[in-house]
Amino acid sequence: MEFYTLQEFLTYTKGIAYLLIVAILVSVTGFWLFLTDRDED
Amino acid sequence: MSEEAVLNTNPITPPAQSLYTPFNVVAGIILIVGFIVTILRFTGGLGAVTNLNDNYPWGIWIGFDLLAGVALAAGGFVTSAAVYIFGMKRYHSAVRPAILTGFLGYALVVIALHYDVGRPWRLPYPFIAQQGTTSILFEVAACVALYLTVLFIEFSPAAMEWLGLRRARNIVIKLTMVLTIFGVILSTLHQSSLGAMFLIAPSKLHPLWYSSHLPVYFFISSIIAGLSMVIFESSLSHRYFAHKMDQTHLDEKEGVAFGFAKAAALVLFGYFAIKVVGIAMDNNWHYLTTGYGAWFLVEMLGFVALPCFLYAVGAREKNLNLIKWTSALAVLGIVLNRLNICVIAFNYHLPSDEKYVPHWMEIAISLFVVTLGVVAFRFIVTRMPILYAHPDYQEEH
Repeated sequence: MEFYTLQEFLTYTKGIAYLLIVAILVSVTGFWLFLTDRDED
Repeated sequence: MSEEAVLNTNPITPPAQSLYTPFNVVAGIILIVGFIVTILRFTGGLGAVTNLNDNYPWGIWIGFDLLAGVALAAGGFVTSAAVYIFGMKRYHSAVRPAILTGFLGYALVVIALHYDVGRPWRLPYPFIAQQGTTSILFEVAACVALYLTVLFIEFSPAAMEWLGLRRARNIVIKLTMVLTIFGVILSTLHQSSLGAMFLIAPSKLHPLWYSSHLPVYFFISSIIAGLSMVIFESSLSHRYFAHKMDQTHLDEKEGVAFGFAKAAALVLFGYFAIKVVGIAMDNNWHYLTTGYGAWFLVEMLGFVALPCFLYAVGAREKNLNLIKWTSALAVLGIVLNRLNICVIAFNYHLPSDEKYVPHWMEIAISLFVVTLGVVAFRFIVTRMPILYAHPDYQEEH
């Protein structure tokens, strides 16, 4: 990916980071359920 | 059971047993070699015993003894915060061993630092003979000095119970909450500052490890190190000092391991996530296909993602054995991370023949320092009420 301006770089990297954060928020919910679904209390 | 009964019926080394046990012989050899190298270092200088040079002024004495040592000593503040601040009293039996491990860890960090810095009489200089109070190194020096003092005071009730100093012990016990809060603040400051020290070297540290978020990475990973070290230390203590433990300690053993494993799994998940976001923010994806990228993936997948998954499975399945082995893997991962940042991925642009490889005497001193810690831990645990409640103070716990 070629960048010519800071604007292009930030749009690209922040865009990817925001998508990753959404994926992380969804996966941490699944991970929490995996971690706790056998808890007795 | 009275303290006398505990101590007399279950001595760690029965009087009839020979002093020449495998542990004593190996520890003795390491200590003798370390003592000789210590003399060489303080009479001949760094050049006599190390491979350090202008490109690598920091070697394994900083990367392993200091950076990994401080991270692995984080169990003290993590455990005391969980018990005293967050009220998780079911982990109370883990506090004293964790505080002791933290105290010894920090004491050994200071000892190891002397080997790197030299001229021990100048230790107080950061506080009395310099103007650089905005330096990150000053912040680290101040926090480590203060936190070592806090850990000493937090540990002292065990020694006072052993020595029969009831009044002094009761005064210190009243300070527990203040000391815990102070410990958490100081740890937050200096654990992150150790990472912040590398912010000054963006052209030297490989981009996969360099990030403007290094202080955050160091702090979060120190929590993982603390939690894992408590599990690791506890599993070793249950193997070698089970006869020193009271019933409460034995009963709470599994709960501590399961609870800490669950916490470590969550923190590892978060750490992995912020590291991936860090790569995205700096757009470093293309480095992953290089040799250093492969090494980075080994660290991230083998020593972060894998222990995260194994801790989660261990906590879910209530598999104590799996959790114990995972704690060793996570501890190794922290050591690897600190060595990667300080040594392996540092000066990554240099040709391989100019890269730093530690001298055997540097490794001998690191082993010497670790052995000192193990011997001191054994000495204290076999004498003081660390793994059991002192019978005279049981109602106060």
